[in-house]
Amino acid sequence: MEQHEISVIVNGQKLRRRVSARQHLIDFLRNELSLTGSHLGCEHGVCGACTIQVNGTAVRGCLMLAVQADGAKVETIEGLSDSGAIADLQEAFHQYNALQCGFCTPGMLATAAELVELHPHADREEIRAHISGNYCRCTGYHAIVDAIAFVLETRRNKGGAA
Amino acid sequence: MKAPPFGYVKARELGQVFDLLEQHGDEAKILAGGQSLIPSLNLRLSRPTLLIDINAIADLQGIRETADTVVVGALTTHVALEKSPIISRHVQLLAAAMPHIAHPAIRNRGTIGGSLAFADPAAELPACATALDATFILRNRDQERRVKASEFFHGLFETDLKPGEILAAIEFPKATTSHRFAFSELARRHGDYAMIGLAAASPQLGMLRLAYFGVADRPVSAERAATHLIRDGAAGVEAACASLADDLESSGDLNAGPQTKLHLAAVLLRRALPALLPSA
Ligand SMILES: Cc1cc2nc3c(=O)[nH]c(=O)nc-3n(C[C@H](O)[C@H](O)[C@H](O)COP(=O)(O)OP(=O)(O)OC[C@H]3O[C@@H](n4cnc5c(N)ncnc54)[C@H](O)[C@@H]3O)c2cc1C
Ligand code: FES
Ligand code: FES
Repeated sequence: MEQHEISVIVNGQKLRRRVSARQHLIDFLRNELSLTGSHLGCEHGVCGACTIQVNGTAVRGCLMLAVQADGAKVETIEGLSDSGAIADLQEAFHQYNALQCGFCTPGMLATAAELVELHPHADREEIRAHISGNYCRCTGYHAIVDAIAFVLETRRNKGGAA
Repeated sequence: MKAPPFGYVKARELGQVFDLLEQHGDEAKILAGGQSLIPSLNLRLSRPTLLIDINAIADLQGIRETADTVVVGALTTHVALEKSPIISRHVQLLAAAMPHIAHPAIRNRGTIGGSLAFADPAAELPACATALDATFILRNRDQERRVKASEFFHGLFETDLKPGEILAAIEFPKATTSHRFAFSELARRHGDYAMIGLAAASPQLGMLRLAYFGVADRPVSAERAATHLIRDGAAGVEAACASLADDLESSGDLNAGPQTKLHLAAVLLRRALPALLPSA
């Protein structure tokens, strides 16, 4: 099968790897790098469980090829957790019971991380619109919206996002 | 499911794309945002032997203004359109449609060229391009040709693109001061493909295009309905709704039967009216 060499920064670490052309970025992260925090659900873009960040924006890991990540900066839930960048979101998800089985949570957090970064003034409706591409089969979403709204408000009060 | 095996080339310039299209013919597929192509590979609905990644080609990027048009490069992402001040000023219908297209993570990668070339009959952008009477700029190795939106869409996933040709850019007329527009759709969940939708534009008094999507195998212009509204204004709404049956000839789909679609088409038209007619 056709192979390509890529060089990519994953969670701050520079890597060089050979990947097959057909391999999705999410399979590369999970199977080759053992970063199994991001989940694979539907494999065709519908559920959002595989959402990660590439060059700072949220993308579907199942709808991008590993070879397309050549030269890119990829952050998975492991990197976002270790850097402390989403510590407040994680704490709020915990406080508000915004997860049960946790399958959707890594993708939900990667999506929420983009929202709090780009739209510090988002209201509940905008939060719902932003996470509309992430399925959660447990919580009924309400608690997730509560958790994200709480983080937005806390960050605003800290003056970080005027 | 996983995609079947294929080869991959990241093209650096257009000449290389045309070379590869010539060598590989039908077996090659252009890869833009991948937000429709990769799902279809994963579902094994499509089995190309080569993907030609066009994302690095500068000629296909960017949003430019001329005196009376806005020219949008095929690789412009949904999110770039959504955030563009040029689009929100001069092509408001597109700006209004953007939040309805899929979800943020998909809009971060999906492109306008990909959406139009894919020609999903339930997609928003083909209908917007039809309502705005946009011009599609197609290129092959030797020449460029210009095709009106009304002639670009041939049917379900079928367009006027010929072998060896790509969609390079889309040209939208700039809105004039008397321009009016409306966009609305009905979807089961925010961001899903619409059950039915309406993109409407009136560039000036006496001109109105009502482009429905999700009703047939391509965007459909409801010309009889538009004629009633142009002639009689708000008073023509009953006649306009009655003529939708002839205009749309909806066959129905998995979402809804033809009667339901027709009913919903009239609902959307009534919703759009206040924005479209000065007196409504
Ligand atoms: C879960 C989900 C929900 C979605 N919901 C919606 C929705 O509500 N509304 C909507 O409109 N879309 C929706 N989409 C599709 C999305 O908008 C896609 O981004 C878009 O349809 C295709 O753009 P792309 O750049 O990703 O194209 P690709 O997937 O890369 O390509 C699509 C097709 O077009 C061809 N192509 C691409 N660029 C060119 C070019 N310049 N010239 C010639 N051929 C080209 C490719 O060869 C391929 O056949 C959804 C997608 C997903 C996964
Ligand atoms: S696994 Fe990627 S969206 Fe479901
Ligand atoms: S917590 Fe179980 S799917 Fe969301």
